[in-house]
Amino acid sequence: MISTGSELAALLDRASAMMPDETITRAIPHDVALPGGAGTAVLITLDNGLDHTKPNTFGPGSLTELNRALDATLDRDDIVAVAVTGKPFIMAAGADLKGVSQITDASDAEAIARIGHGVFNRLRTAKVPTFGLINGLALGGGLEISLNCTYRTVNSSAPAIALPECFLGLVPGWGGCYLLPNLIGPQNALKVIIENSLNQNKMLKGFQAYELGIADAMFDGADFLERSLDWVSKVVRGEITVERPELDRGQAWADAVAGAKAFVDLKVSGAAPAPYKALELVLAARDSDAETAFAAEDSALAELIMSEELRSGLYAFDLVQKRAKKPAGAPDKSLARKVTKVGVVGAGLMASQLALLFLRRLEVPVIMSDLDADRAQKGLDGVHGEIDKLLGKGRINPDTANRFKALISATTDQSDFADCDFVIEAVFEEMKVKKQVFAGLEKVVSDECVLATNTSSLSITEMASELEHPERVVGFHFFNPVAILPLLEIIAGEKTDDATLATAFATSKGLKKNSVLVSDAPAFVVNRVLTRLMGEITAAVDEGTPVEVADQALRPLGLPMSPFVLLQLVGPAVALHVAETLRDTCGDRFGVSPNLQAIVEAKKPGIYDWTAEGKPYVSDETKALLTLGDNPSTAEQVRERALNALAEEIGLMLSEGVVAAPMDIDLCLILGAGWPFHTGGITPYLDRSGASEATNGQRFLPKGVASVA
Amino acid sequence: MADSRDVVFIDGVRTPFGKAGSLYAETRADDLVINCIRELVRRHPELPPERIDEVAIAATTQIGDQGLTVGRTAALLAGLPRSVPGFSIDRMCAGAMTAVTTTASGIAFGAYDVVIAGGVEHMGRHPMGEGVDPNPRIIAEKIVDPSAMVMGSTAENLHDRFPRITKERSDAFAVLSQQRVEQAYANGILTEALVPVATRSQEHGWGLATADEPPRPGTTMEALAGLKTPFRSHGRVTPGNTAGLNDGATASLLAAADVAAELGLPSAMRMVGFAFAGVDPEVMGVGPVPATEKALQRAGLTIDDIGAFEINEAFAVQVLAFLDHFGIEAEDSRVNPYGGAIALGHPLASSGVRLMIHLARTFRDNPDIRYGITTMCVGLGMGGTVIWENPRHQSSATSRQQGSKENQQ
Repeated sequence: MISTGSELAALLDRASAMMPDETITRAIPHDVALPGGAGTAVLITLDNGLDHTKPNTFGPGSLTELNRALDATLDRDDIVAVAVTGKPFIMAAGADLKGVSQITDASDAEAIARIGHGVFNRLRTAKVPTFGLINGLALGGGLEISLNCTYRTVNSSAPAIALPECFLGLVPGWGGCYLLPNLIGPQNALKVIIENSLNQNKMLKGFQAYELGIADAMFDGADFLERSLDWVSKVVRGEITVERPELDRGQAWADAVAGAKAFVDLKVSGAAPAPYKALELVLAARDSDAETAFAAEDSALAELIMSEELRSGLYAFDLVQKRAKKPAGAPDKSLARKVTKVGVVGAGLMASQLALLFLRRLEVPVIMSDLDADRAQKGLDGVHGEIDKLLGKGRINPDTANRFKALISATTDQSDFADCDFVIEAVFEEMKVKKQVFAGLEKVVSDECVLATNTSSLSITEMASELEHPERVVGFHFFNPVAILPLLEIIAGEKTDDATLATAFATSKGLKKNSVLVSDAPAFVVNRVLTRLMGEITAAVDEGTPVEVADQALRPLGLPMSPFVLLQLVGPAVALHVAETLRDTCGDRFGVSPNLQAIVEAKKPGIYDWTAEGKPYVSDETKALLTLGDNPSTAEQVRERALNALAEEIGLMLSEGVVAAPMDIDLCLILGAGWPFHTGGITPYLDRSGASEATNGQRFLPKGVASVA
Repeated sequence: MADSRDVVFIDGVRTPFGKAGSLYAETRADDLVINCIRELVRRHPELPPERIDEVAIAATTQIGDQGLTVGRTAALLAGLPRSVPGFSIDRMCAGAMTAVTTTASGIAFGAYDVVIAGGVEHMGRHPMGEGVDPNPRIIAEKIVDPSAMVMGSTAENLHDRFPRITKERSDAFAVLSQQRVEQAYANGILTEALVPVATRSQEHGWGLATADEPPRPGTTMEALAGLKTPFRSHGRVTPGNTAGLNDGATASLLAAADVAAELGLPSAMRMVGFAFAGVDPEVMGVGPVPATEKALQRAGLTIDDIGAFEINEAFAVQVLAFLDHFGIEAEDSRVNPYGGAIALGHPLASSGVRLMIHLARTFRDNPDIRYGITTMCVGLGMGGTVIWENPRHQSSATSRQQGSKENQQ
């Protein structure tokens, strides 16, 4: 703990010198006369002078500003309260992480941890009551500043309140892990600190934060500050006494932490250190005093700031926030043509999913086709059924449901596609069939109409080769389930022109997907990487490694599911088909496992059956199908082999120019396969595990990009 | 057709008034009036918000944050039910007064039960004359003298018309206005109608407006004597004997008397009648005289029946012209007892309701006063007057009704 003002000031100076480019958030104290004659309060506004798209942050310079504001405030004898609030719509988005990712020295990391505590703690220990007036977005340190206050109010319409540190690879270490459980109990606190942040960084709305007890009072956005200050006045005058529920400090506390640990294990399988640190801190929060707890937070933060997992997490976060929104290699968006009507060839399950997505996101007429009238009608009924489901769940209102139903139609006559600007095919995965579809379409649609294919493995160039206008063909590869997974691989064929590509990227954006430009290479990115990985795991089994050992070998990476569970999801037949395609086009490093063939032949849904408790096991029947060699590997050997294979394959993909850079591979794996932030997708992990250098003689990313420099 | 119904003024609130370009420089006009609407609803939990039949908001310059039919947008943004309609209205300085008389007429006719009527003017964001495009015939055909377009010049013209009203008398009246506001503040009279407003400033951070900014307590004749006369060299109209350029908003709650009784809404004033009248635009300040005469005549009353006057102090000369006409002393305690716009400020279209708030307070403190008026001059040569009856007075129709009701219970 920082004991003196001069020690804190010195620490702030030192930290500020580390991050000279910080965007400073000013802390502006302003005297306000509290209504009802309660006296004078100092209202501190946090404001970085930019609009609401660039939220306030707490770097060392900003904390210095806040510290100065507190210097000017806390010793005054003529004030009855201190309140902190933000610029319009924004309290603060937490620590300035741009600076944190540059730190290379452990003692610098500790300084960063300590200055947050040092400054915020002054609000906690002030001689007058302090109030956090949470007027809008409050993330991480942006929420912790209020947690350090005596009382809090919240704007019911605040869009995002969260402690997202664990999502990135940190812990809420400026008081969050200690103060929040002591305010709202460990169960609710862990929901915010652990559960929400590991569930795709879910955030609370203002009213939800109030319901959890994070704030003592809630007011509407229309007069949030006026009502909050009125409330402050009533608290100061004793007209309102804040009652908070008594916490159960018995076994329930430990039980809540144990429950959260089971959840963390499920999510990251021990691979990410941050949530486990947070669990320790929340457990200790039951009995610690603030000083001990804050010291523990400081050292946890310092340790995590220097961890490879955090650096990979920050790298991944940046990819998702920035690179995903400006895809590398995409042509100028002004070249994009307007899409006013969409055609979907096919009326099967995939086609119906695509039709619904285009309908919901683009809100233009969507026409589906099938050669068979009954199947076309079935496809249409399916989409109508999905629209009704959305209506039933209250996701859309009756007017929108009517609008969507009026926009969707089905036909058996492809000439109905004549006025489409964008047609996507989702027919049987066979070159001949797809070529026929496109040839037929070209007879009816305009010369500029984009012809997109959802193929997962066929060559775009070849598919376009016999068309009069091959430049309009583009690969548009979705990931299942298409409504949920955010990735779209956009594939340019040899002749695909810029206008077509730009239209594809604009359409992807309209669909709220993140797209990556991929060259016309076999299986593109995600399927190629996953198939190569799967090939190594199945090969290990073929050689005699027990299924469980091979399948669990990658556990230390904390992937969302093990290879054989993924196999079950994809379906062995599809997996086998892609493996065969890749072997035929890329060579024998893609193995085709005889055991996988046996499972497909036996029409098994996968390697595993599931116990009543939902645990996978290999049934005797399946075991009988497998032919195992006598050269088993250890989990470690399997892992090393798999990582080296990944490094090799990604190295090849980059040298073939499948994507522009390693960042695009990582983006694809994060968005299309759900690979975690703490591995940074995969190349940061391959770099830090040594696989990159062992296999390719060099790292994918320079030191410091997704690692400690 | 419905029989005419009694209309009562339930309550009125306002933001503290600010000096243009100062207190509310970075605070939106619509937010000012939204604060007032929400305060009215908050003060009257006995009123189900869906019972509000109209929201009429006046603004002189209906563009930007005073545009987009601010009556409707403010209602939506204030969180009133979507079923509550709203509109914007304009009669320059008498905007809020006209919002009141127009909706009151609707209540009397049976079209509304309960309404919100008010006004807003952010003269910092919308200076007088912003975006206007006067018809060239005004000059070419001498429809009005060019001085009629400049309010300060019309005040100088009024001094010309009434030589008896000297600069000294105007300054003395201004000093009185400042003293009365200072006294009313000291007595806690003015704050009760104020809605605190959060003030935005990028440089100074958020603040909270809890008191009017324009008043200058301790103003002396000597200080006023030295001020410039910006509208005419060696003139009589100075910033000291004139209301300033101000930002602020007001809102009031009106209801049919029977509906107020049904809902348990307290009646502060009963509307007796109103009138608007036109005068020469070059001396617009004289407007309250014919407006008052017309309103009295239609109500079957005389000036002697009026026990309280709230007259807007756009210019001291215009108040004095009114008082001289009716033979009332400038210092008469029946006139603007809590001071007026010279000290408090005059955010044009919002001021009408500010007058009513003051009169309602006078009625509450003086049950012996039966009738009062709120009156104001209006640009381009108009005046408006509303006559009100004090329900607390023993002879008041409302008081009799309420009394008999209480007896029945």
